Amino acid sequence: MIKVENLTKRYAGHSAIQNLNFEVGQGEIMGFLGPNGAGKTTTMRILASFMPPTSGRATIAGFDVFEQSLQARSHLGYMPENVPLYNDMRVTEYLDYRAVLKGVSHRRLAERVGDAKELCGLREVEKQLIGTLSKGYRQRVGLADALLHEPDLLILDEPTIGLDPNQIRQVRELIKNLGKQHTILLSTHILPEVEMTCSRVIIIHKGRIEACDTPENLLGKIRQAGGVVVEAKVGPDNGVEELKKISGVRDIIVDTDGDWKIFSLRVESGVDVREEIFRLATDRHWTVRELTQRRATLEDVFVELTHPDVV
Amino acid sequence: MRKFYTLLSREVRSYFHSPIAYVVLIFFLLISGVDFYFQVSFMNQRQVQYTVQEAFFNSIFFWFAFVLIFPLITMRLFAEEFKLGTIEPLMTAPVRDWQVVLAKFFGALVFYLVLWIPTLLYFAIFLKLTNQPAAPSAGAYFGSYLMLLLMGMFYLSIGCLTSVLTRNQIIAAIVSFCAITLFFFLGLVQFILLDVSSATRDLLGYFSAIDHMVTFSRGVIDTRPIVFYLSMTIVMLTLTYQAFQSRKWRL
Repeated sequence: MIKVENLTKRYAGHSAIQNLNFEVGQGEIMGFLGPNGAGKTTTMRILASFMPPTSGRATIAGFDVFEQSLQARSHLGYMPENVPLYNDMRVTEYLDYRAVLKGVSHRRLAERVGDAKELCGLREVEKQLIGTLSKGYRQRVGLADALLHEPDLLILDEPTIGLDPNQIRQVRELIKNLGKQHTILLSTHILPEVEMTCSRVIIIHKGRIEACDTPENLLGKIRQAGGVVVEAKVGPDNGVEELKKISGVRDIIVDTDGDWKIFSLRVESGVDVREEIFRLATDRHWTVRELTQRRATLEDVFVELTHPDVV
Repeated sequence: MRKFYTLLSREVRSYFHSPIAYVVLIFFLLISGVDFYFQVSFMNQRQVQYTVQEAFFNSIFFWFAFVLIFPLITMRLFAEEFKLGTIEPLMTAPVRDWQVVLAKFFGALVFYLVLWIPTLLYFAIFLKLTNQPAAPSAGAYFGSYLMLLLMGMFYLSIGCLTSVLTRNQIIAAIVSFCAITLFFFLGLVQFILLDVSSATRDLLGYFSAIDHMVTFSRGVIDTRPIVFYLSMTIVMLTLTYQAFQSRKWRL
């Protein structure tokens, strides 16, 4: 659906994105992840034909976004960041207007606008001026707009930014449902969102792709260097010495909480050392109040890839 | 064509959604009303060689209001879309750049023409009250309004160009006001430069908006200004189109 080859965008002095290569297949929900300023919006704007790349090329449904921009744009529903809308128009009026621009036929106009309003829960505000809508409703108007012409591909730039938790949940559900019929590329920096909705994830940092995989595989990678947390009263023992002897333990960071010592262990890939630790603790008469294998989250992947020095 | 018509209708409607439209309308009605009143009362006091209609379209009031309305009408056209970011959904929809440029230009033109509708009423009222027409022939009305249309197109296209170059409406308004005023008074330069050849003077005379209006409001339809204004409008709109396309490279 989307094919990006060596895409580069340079602004005066610096590169926003450098040599991006990726593909998004039919029916995928692709998450586009990265810290602020990583080049997410730039990439999406290029894909939406809003600006041309400096070099490289991108195609949507086989149409070059620059050379055949009009065809590419008609296959695409794009929701820009912060959803700029005409505040002086009413919701229905705006959607009607957008539907015509997107080439929805006169015959199907009412049906399409109705469906989009229904799907995005805009019925109760359809007669309101867009300028009077809350952030959440504006976001939904943007989403309804993107859906109007039943595009094969949806590109959503930060669809849940600025929404409250309930609204985020609704939008997430909506996106999941849309994913059944549409290919979706969405950008975000809210990580649980990606884990829950996306079938694949691209992590982009400083204009380069750092990783591109399914959320499970990304987690698998980081779990290879997973960790175990032990909180125990070790009595006269040092603790670290003993724990280090367990095979598979790489290094240990110690913290204290009153009498309690908190050990954070980094463990080699695929080894579960919890049993060993339990045995050690009973042998040495340690009092243990926590023994957990820390599950890596996408957040760890993200932090590790975008700030390698922190981990 | 359907897309163009939709874009156009949004442009026109957005004028009437904004308070600026009504301020401009009232301002313009006020000045043109005062103009009409002054011309008629002036003529009541002395013998003159021209008609009410000619006087109305050639007075200082008229010119003052005239050059001022264009920046007010055109400043928001593109600048506002850039500022609010609405240009992004607009240009990522499958519409062509020229459709947007022409829709904005004609939207402004429609609003501009709406401004003139009440002035027709002045002449109707004059006829009703005095039982004599404000102009000797229909041609004089036709000429005046044709000239208004032609000049309007040219000055609105200047306004389009300045609006597409910036995201700041105030800058767009000031630059287009300066450009329009310069063009407008270009014809007066012949009265200032005394030591130029008559050829230069004639050349400058061709640009004189005031001369054009004097001619046309008598009902004399001269093709030279028609060609001048139409071609300059096309030039300005082409430049606007080019500047609009170049935004992609400036982003």
